[in-house]
This record gives sequence, C-alpha cells and structure tokens, in this order.
Amino acid sequence: MNAEIQVENSHTIAVLVDNEPGVLARVIGLFSGRGYNIESLTVAETDNVNNMSRITIVTTGTPMIIEQIKAQLGRLVPVHNVTDLTTEGASVERELALVKVVGEGEKRVESLRIADIFRARVVDSTNSSFVFEIVGDTGKLDAFIRLMEPLGLTDVSRTGVAAISRGVTALDAAY
Amino acid sequence: MAREQMTGSEIVLKALTEQGVTEIFGYPGGAVLPIYDAIFQQNRIRHILVRQEGGAVHAAEGYARSTGKVGVVLVTSGPGATNAVTGLTDALMDSIPVICLTGQVPTHLIGNDAFQEADTTGITRPCTKHNYLVKDTEDLARVVHEAFHVATSGRPGPVVIDLPKDVLMALGSYTAKSKVKVKSYAPQVKGDLGAVKRAVEAIAKAKKPLIYAGGGVINSGPAASQLLTQFVKMTGAPCTLTLMGLGAFPASDKQYMGMVGMHGTYESNMAMHDCDAMVCIGARFDDRVTGLLSKFAPNSTKIHVDIDPSSINKNVPVDIPIIGDIAHVLEDMIKIWRSTQAKVDAKALKSWWTEIDAWRSIECLKYTQDKKTIKPQYAIERLYELSKKSKKDTFITTEVGQHQMWAAQYFHFEKPNRWMTSGGLGTMGYGLPAAMGVQVAHPDALVVDIAGEASYLMNMQELSTIAQYRLPVKSFILNNFYMGMVRQWQELLHGGRYAESYMSSLPDFVKLAETFGMVGLRATKPSEVDDVINEMINTDQAVIVDVHVDQKENVFPMIPSGAAHNEMLLGPDDKTEKPVSEEGMVLV
Ligand SMILES: Cc1ncc(C[n+]2csc(CCOP(=O)(O)OP(=O)(O)O)c2C)c(N)n1
Ligand SMILES: [Mg+2]
Repeated sequence: MNAEIQVENSHTIAVLVDNEPGVLARVIGLFSGRGYNIESLTVAETDNVNNMSRITIVTTGTPMIIEQIKAQLGRLVPVHNVTDLTTEGASVERELALVKVVGEGEKRVESLRIADIFRARVVDSTNSSFVFEIVGDTGKLDAFIRLMEPLGLTDVSRTGVAAISRGVTALDAAY
Repeated sequence: MAREQMTGSEIVLKALTEQGVTEIFGYPGGAVLPIYDAIFQQNRIRHILVRQEGGAVHAAEGYARSTGKVGVVLVTSGPGATNAVTGLTDALMDSIPVICLTGQVPTHLIGNDAFQEADTTGITRPCTKHNYLVKDTEDLARVVHEAFHVATSGRPGPVVIDLPKDVLMALGSYTAKSKVKVKSYAPQVKGDLGAVKRAVEAIAKAKKPLIYAGGGVINSGPAASQLLTQFVKMTGAPCTLTLMGLGAFPASDKQYMGMVGMHGTYESNMAMHDCDAMVCIGARFDDRVTGLLSKFAPNSTKIHVDIDPSSINKNVPVDIPIIGDIAHVLEDMIKIWRSTQAKVDAKALKSWWTEIDAWRSIECLKYTQDKKTIKPQYAIERLYELSKKSKKDTFITTEVGQHQMWAAQYFHFEKPNRWMTSGGLGTMGYGLPAAMGVQVAHPDALVVDIAGEASYLMNMQELSTIAQYRLPVKSFILNNFYMGMVRQWQELLHGGRYAESYMSSLPDFVKLAETFGMVGLRATKPSEVDDVINEMINTDQAVIVDVHVDQKENVFPMIPSGAAHNEMLLGPDDKTEKPVSEEGMVLV
C-alpha cells in the first residue's frame, strides 16, 4: 500500500440526525466500538419543526478510515445526512471557549493585553480573576490558551467545533 | 372521529399479523405477561415456547435464514433480554433479519434498578441494527412496522423493540403498515450503471477472472442465486463461495471450486491468489476469507457488489465498488453483458482452467477411511449421499468447530436457504435451536444439526422444546470427545498442550434422546455409519445420532493465521515445513 494512503488527516463531519433518545449514544458507541478517534463533538437541536439535531464531529484517520466512518454513520437509522465538510468544498469552523485566569499585578495586565489582541471578551472579573470568552477556529483557541498558561490559567471550558459550509449549499435532510 | 382503542399488547400482535408473522419464539416473564395474555386470546400467531431465550433467537435465525422471512422473538425484561444478546450479535454478524420484542419495567420505574430491569436498549445498541424503546402506546404500531422495514431492507439485521409493561397495558390506536412512512432509512438497491458497465468490461477483459460470492446473495433472495448462476455461466469464470454463501451457486456445477478461505479448497484459494479480476458479490472480505491482507490477491482488479456501503473498502481497497441489491445489480450486469456483446478471452480462459484443474487434481479434501475408526469426513459424506438419495428437501444447521468446517466441505448444496451456520460470530450452541426454527418453518423437511458434542451441550435444553412440538429435528453429533477445533489449534500453535479441551462426563446421547422420548442411535465403526444414517432419515420423529469419530482428526486444508492463500497447509505433515509466524500467533 502506498504511503499517501496511510496519512492521517483531520476531518470535520456534519451529521444530521433525528433528535431522539439514544442517538448520541449510537454515534459515540460507533466511534468507541470501532476504535475511531473523536477530537471534538458538538450536538444540539437545530430544527425544532422536524425535530432534528446536528452533530459536528472532528475526527482523524486515513482516507480509508474516514470513508468507513462516513459509511458507518450513514447506515445508522436515525441519520439523515453525513457531510464531510473538510472535503466537500470550503467551510467555516468556529469554537467558543471560556477561559479563567487567576492572578494579580503584571500578569493580570498581560492577560488583558493578550485578550485584546485575540478579541476575547471579559465576561466576568474579580480583583484577582478574569473569565474570558473567545471565539475562533480551534487553532486560535489553542494559541490563546497556551499564552494564558503562564499567566494564571486555572480553568477552560470549550464548546467543541461548530462548522458549516460556505456558499449557498446546505445539508439536505433527505426525507 | 375517534379511532378504535385497544391495548398495547393487542396493537403489537395486530402489527405482527399485518406483517405476515405466523410464528414467534419466546419465553414469558412478568414484564411481557400482557402480550402473553393477548397471545392466549387469538389464534393467528403461534407461539413456540423455548427453554432458554438464547435458543429463541437462534431458532428465529434458522427460521429466517431458511424462509427469507423475518424471525420473531419475544422475551421478558432483564434476564430474558440479556439471554438474547448472543443471538442478537450472531444475527447482526450474519445479517439475519430478526425482530426481538423485549419486556421492560413500567416507564415510571425505568432507571430505578427495579426488579428485572436492565438497560436493554443500552446493552443491545451495539449488537442490533437498530433498537427502540417505546414510551407511548400510540407509537407502538408505527415502531413495529418501522422495525420490520429496518430489519429487512438494506443489509438485514436484528432489531430490538423494548416494551415497558405500562405501554403494553394502556389503550391506544392502531396504525396500519401503509400509513407508516420511514423517514430516514432508505438503502440504495439499484447499482450505478456506469460502475456496472466498467465491471462488465473488466471481467470480459480478464485473463484470470474469478467470482467470489457470499451470504448477501442468499439475503437478496432466491432470484439472486439464479442470476448469479446465469452470470457465472455467461462469463465462464470459476466461482467460489464463502461459508455464508454455500448454496448460492450449485455445488455440482463444473465451474464451482468449493468454499474459499481458511478451510476452503486449495483450488479456490490458489485461484483467488492468482486471479487478475475478482468479482466479490455479497461478501465482505472477512479475515477468514482473505488470510494475510498484504498478500491478498495481489494482481487483481477488484469489483465489489454490496448493499452496505460500509462493507466497501473496509478491509480491502477495491477498484470498482457497486452499491446495490445483489439481484438488481446482477440483472443489470447480465443485461449489459448481453447488450455490449461482451466477449471473454476464450484462449486465456482455457489456460486459466487448465491451471485450476491442476490445483483440483491435488484433491485437497481426500482422506482415507480405514475399517476401524470413523473419519468425520466420511460420516458427513455418507450423510450427504444418503440424504440426497432420500430425495427429501434437506436443511443443514451446524454448531461451531471442526464438524462445522467438515460439514461445509463435505456436504454440498444445490440451492440457497438450505445451510444455516454461525459464520461471523461462531456461536457454539447455534445449531440445535436453529434447526428447531428451520423445522418449524418446514415441518416436512429433513432438518439435520451437524453437531460437535461440546457445542451440543451449550443449548441442549432445547431438546425439550423439540419434544413438546414434536419437531422431527435430527441431531448428527460428530463426537470426538474434544473441543476439536480448540485441540487442533493447541496442536498447531501451543505445542500439543491440550489445556481444557478434553471433556469427560459427557452424557450418553442415546439415553439422552430416550429421556425426551426421541430415538437415539450410535455408530462406533465405519460399517455402522450407513445404517444409522438411513434409520435417522427414515424416522419421522426427532433422532439423536452419536457418531464416535476419530479423536485426532484435524481440518485440512488450512490457511494458518497470518498466511496467504498460496501458503495453505494441505495436511498434518505440512505444518513442520511452514511454521506459523509470530504475527499469525496473535490472530484468532
Ligand atoms: C460460545 C462459544 N464459546 C467458545 C468458542 C470457542 N470454540 C470454538 S470451536 C470450540 C470447540 C467446539 O467443540 P465441539 O463442539 O465438540 O466441535 P469439534 O470442534 O470437536 O467438532 C470452541 C470451544 C465458541 N466458538 N463459542
Ligand atoms: Mg468435539
């Protein structure tokens, strides 16, 4: 088998599912049962008329594994649509993080300065702490969090990736 | 207008009846008593009372596999449901359509560790194609109809419907099958014609084509087997079948090479290794078939026809994938073959067959039967010949082990749906309940469980069921006093240290038959084999035949773990020359 086939890449996959009990367990069980990676997973109802949720999964694998993941997701009964946003045209990805930094003096000032550069907002503050809200792609959030580490980082909560294709196309519910 | 109200149990039975169900296999308990009460008060559906829920699922599998219908199971909550898990997993691995109704504690107790509560949908999620927990009586009919759709369409499989007792007892209205629209699950049945065309070109162009078909052909229905036969004839190519596919192509046909894989024939495996175009039809490149993946059919263009997109490119990358139902795709292949007037390379094909004939001449299934000890191969060969002679429609089930492989090698099938075996999961204890299910569906047929004595002990409580319903099931036990297949691997891989693979204190199988009012027979010498088989065939009640076979016999030929198709062991003397690799040792 040639080397190219063995290369692992990160893919962002959008899955439209019926919003019913157990559907998330099916998806997660599929990943754990078959040994696939989940780097990030977000889920929420996105269509309350048709009662559907959208799951966004960031996963890594060789092209053969990614194809398997999509085919395996596609055959789950409550799944309506599986779209690989990484390969099917351009897409936008965003993630939100809440980052708590505890400290005083120069470090506190420095954290504010960096937050400003990253366009993070202060959503809570005390005399010795800030909670920043930052939105961006995963790389930006990672960089921000790394810079906060020496400045008193104590707590991080991330939403995981939400993603959507650019342009006019939308996920088809395929009824 | 208010719709007619009935209890949840009545709704379930009405929906089953509308789906054409006439038999269900089950076992009662507190949570399902309302359904049992409803069963008591009707006469359209016959309930077969098994002796353990595991038996019910295997019986339903046998029923389904031999009829093409859905097998239906009814069990209670908690232990009833957990006992069904092995059978469900078995049905999932072998793509058998089964619906399993499980009782559940009432909705207000779910999650409270109530008596006989189990998280049935949680436990069965990975071992079913889909499962449902019904929380509202109004949803019941829809869910049952949807479950039948899911179990039977696309790649078939088991579906669990978990039924809380209050939902079964409450009143609700019935929804007819025609009113139920399944929202999301609609597998593709028609293959892409462009791909079919490319496949036809590749086969016609090939110098060494090979057709490799599996259980998917049987799942697609008898028409698929006929189309497969037609297609194999048109192409002049050799055909091999997987364990699950036996019967999909007539074994007596000249183009048939026998089974492929770990214990397949030498000619099938050599041809698979050397072919330059392979058409895989309704099979899944399972590890028992491919052997060492890196050396699998290295020089071939691979075409894969399967209804399940996730089977494509899973183990083996293929050149031409075709997603669709086998019968549909074969029909298109045949049409396109005709319309494009595809011509095979007759000269190349002729020399390909010369090669194959040379491999055949090795006679890899040859064995010698002396006058003293019964060879298991001989017993099956005689069973095959004498059942053929009897002209009865014969269905074979098996347990798991050496006897299963010998049955696959020495019993020959001309038609689909006649061979029931646990292929993917390899479940010992499958054969007897499966035979029971087959016999329920085919009361006049000759149904034989070719068994190993160890496997037989795993579900022999079902003898009581067989007796109760006067099912003339035949148990043909190849008794080698060992877990033969385990012993074979210990001999091959663990220096002949036979840890825990010998069994003493086996029951006297003849007396066992007698306690259930059945006929018990025994053969210990080759000269007795024909007599016991004839007596078994001609007895119109259940029979257990205890055939004492050679305890040391091993299954050959064999692709040892981690080896390639062209590295088969042909017999016991081969093993020293080709020791099993370290990589092979860790494989199962
Ligand atoms: C439920 C289960 N447990 C364990 C095994 C592992 N196993 C495979 S074959 C075998 C021995 C089967 O012995 P027997 O039924 O006597 O058949 P034989 O190989 O002797 O023909 C065992 C233990 C299995 N396949 N299924
Ligand atoms: Mg044995």
